[in-house]
Amino acid sequence: MSNAPALSLPRRMVALASSGTVATLILLLLALWVVFAIMIGDRFFSVDTLQSMAFQMPELGILSLAMMLALLSGGLNLSIIATANLSGLTIAFLLTHYIPGTQGLASAGIQVLAIAAGFAVAALVGLLNGFVIAYLGVSPILATLGTMTLCKGLAIGLSRGNVISGFPEPIVFIGNGTVFGVPFALIVLAFCALPVALMLNATPFGAKVYMIGSNEKATRYSGVNTRAVLLKLYVLSSLLAGVAAVVMLARFNSANAAYGESYLLVTILAAVLGGIDPFGGFGKVGGLLLALIILQVISSAFNLLNLSQFLTLAIWGGILIAVAAVPRLSGKAPR
Amino acid sequence: MPESHIASFSRFRRSHEFWLLIVILGLCSGLGFANAQFLTMQNLFDLLTSYAFVGILALGLLVVLIAGGIDISFTATASVAQYVTLSIANAYGANWISVFAIAIGIGGALGALNAIFIQKLRIPSIIVSVATLNIFYGLLIFFTGGKYIYSLPDWFATGIFWFEFEWGKDSSYGVNLQILALALAFLVTWLLLNRTNIGRQIYAMGGNTDAAQRLGFHIFGLNILVYSYMGVMAGIASLVQAQLAQSVAPTVLVGKELDVVAAVVLGGASLMGGVGTVLGTFLGLTLLAVLQNGIILLGVSSYWSPLFVGLVILISVSATAWSQRERRTRSVRA
Repeated sequence: MSNAPALSLPRRMVALASSGTVATLILLLLALWVVFAIMIGDRFFSVDTLQSMAFQMPELGILSLAMMLALLSGGLNLSIIATANLSGLTIAFLLTHYIPGTQGLASAGIQVLAIAAGFAVAALVGLLNGFVIAYLGVSPILATLGTMTLCKGLAIGLSRGNVISGFPEPIVFIGNGTVFGVPFALIVLAFCALPVALMLNATPFGAKVYMIGSNEKATRYSGVNTRAVLLKLYVLSSLLAGVAAVVMLARFNSANAAYGESYLLVTILAAVLGGIDPFGGFGKVGGLLLALIILQVISSAFNLLNLSQFLTLAIWGGILIAVAAVPRLSGKAPR
Repeated sequence: MPESHIASFSRFRRSHEFWLLIVILGLCSGLGFANAQFLTMQNLFDLLTSYAFVGILALGLLVVLIAGGIDISFTATASVAQYVTLSIANAYGANWISVFAIAIGIGGALGALNAIFIQKLRIPSIIVSVATLNIFYGLLIFFTGGKYIYSLPDWFATGIFWFEFEWGKDSSYGVNLQILALALAFLVTWLLLNRTNIGRQIYAMGGNTDAAQRLGFHIFGLNILVYSYMGVMAGIASLVQAQLAQSVAPTVLVGKELDVVAAVVLGGASLMGGVGTVLGTFLGLTLLAVLQNGIILLGVSSYWSPLFVGLVILISVSATAWSQRERRTRSVRA
């Protein structure tokens, strides 16, 4: 197809788009960039705009990575937001109770301990998810629906629905500081995305995850301990939610049981838009990041155009259907 | 007891529904014992009234799950149906029949749209419904500005109240709009699934789509029917909810979709399709309602309510998965 001589530009674009999700997404991103550049002008490329985009992306990005891991194995993790809020509240509680009155090394130690405690909570939720899904054989959507409700209940019950706020400077820096103009939170996202990508594409563990997503039974019969792999996978997914918790509480300088609830479906949207097969087995971190950038570009552009954020939601939904329909419309769908 | 009754009872005794019933009866007697308020007519009527919205939606979702699909856009569908219907009723006047006709029409149309995306573009139902949830909801809030409607037509605000009767000194009960709609939804769904040829086809399609297609079932038509049915239920539920709340709030329904999923799957419906009963959904809904109501009556802060609901979901789905696995290994050994 690539060496067909007289293909017109639109036909060539359709051909490129149908050759893979990543290509589709790059085309879409370029198209959006051109359209918004014409509509908005220079303001769209200003440092402020780019920086505000870079500030908003990380928390959704890390949560989407958490969702992606579960999706790749043919599962789903509905508990990521609740886990993030529960572990965020744990960190917030420890910070606000033990930090005041301490200084220097003691204060730093407590901050590290608080974050470690938050990760421990997230890991526990992940173990519970993994155990129920892998060893009891509950379908992931039901198991994580249960843990989601459970974590939300714990978070609301323990905090009485209140907001815990006021954290020390280094914590706030994680969400709001910059390093050479790059938001620190974006660096955190990179530090999550890179190891996850490496793990998925360059380790036996990653290969097993893709295999389980394609056909769990065949993978088990070929000698892979699928249960152990799934257990680890859900712990990792939960730990990523824990990282998102740190970024989220740092950015808002507060924690609450109800933060980010609207993100749950957006993480599925981002993952699927990024080419992750919701039935498992296929998908790359690169596609997910591209999808996140597209969602963020639309959101920021609409913001500059003074359009409602709810119109952004609607457009996101439309784009998801359009991208999901590309293989079908270009006649490449199976069957 | 005749032979066939014994056989069907022993079949029932092994079912998911039986265990749910036992748990509910245990919970009810415990709660009745602990708090005299629980087993009163007032409390039962209040429970039915307040859970009608979730219950009607759960019945629509049950049909979708049996057909092998999933839909989570129904809260957005309900928000749209509610807003448009009652805006029209406020502007042009309407009666009960016309408001229900409009809400059902809107719900059915949005449901059909889901089915068209799923079937004609071959996109998985979970993706389509995540997308349409955002589209319906986003457009609704964009065009309405998220403004509440507080003034509803008088006849709508008054509601209906049938077969009123007195209980005790100063309380009277009757069949209100919520209970009537919930009962009708149960009846119609039961008839659809158990007494019609289409119901059998829906089970068959959910069990094995390819086989159903080769038998000559009209898969696209069935999907249109199933997702429209979900939409129709969302339309009805939306009016029931608006009447109870005495207002239309476009932003409050979206976000509650997983509560409905919880009720249906607690009732034993499988996300793999082909499995699920109206009785199971009724029991799943009852379990959630009794649990949340009981927690409040026991004086536990309602902040803790999700914790118990989460525990019950986890234990119930784990127990079901475990017993299925035991049965499978036993049947392999036998």
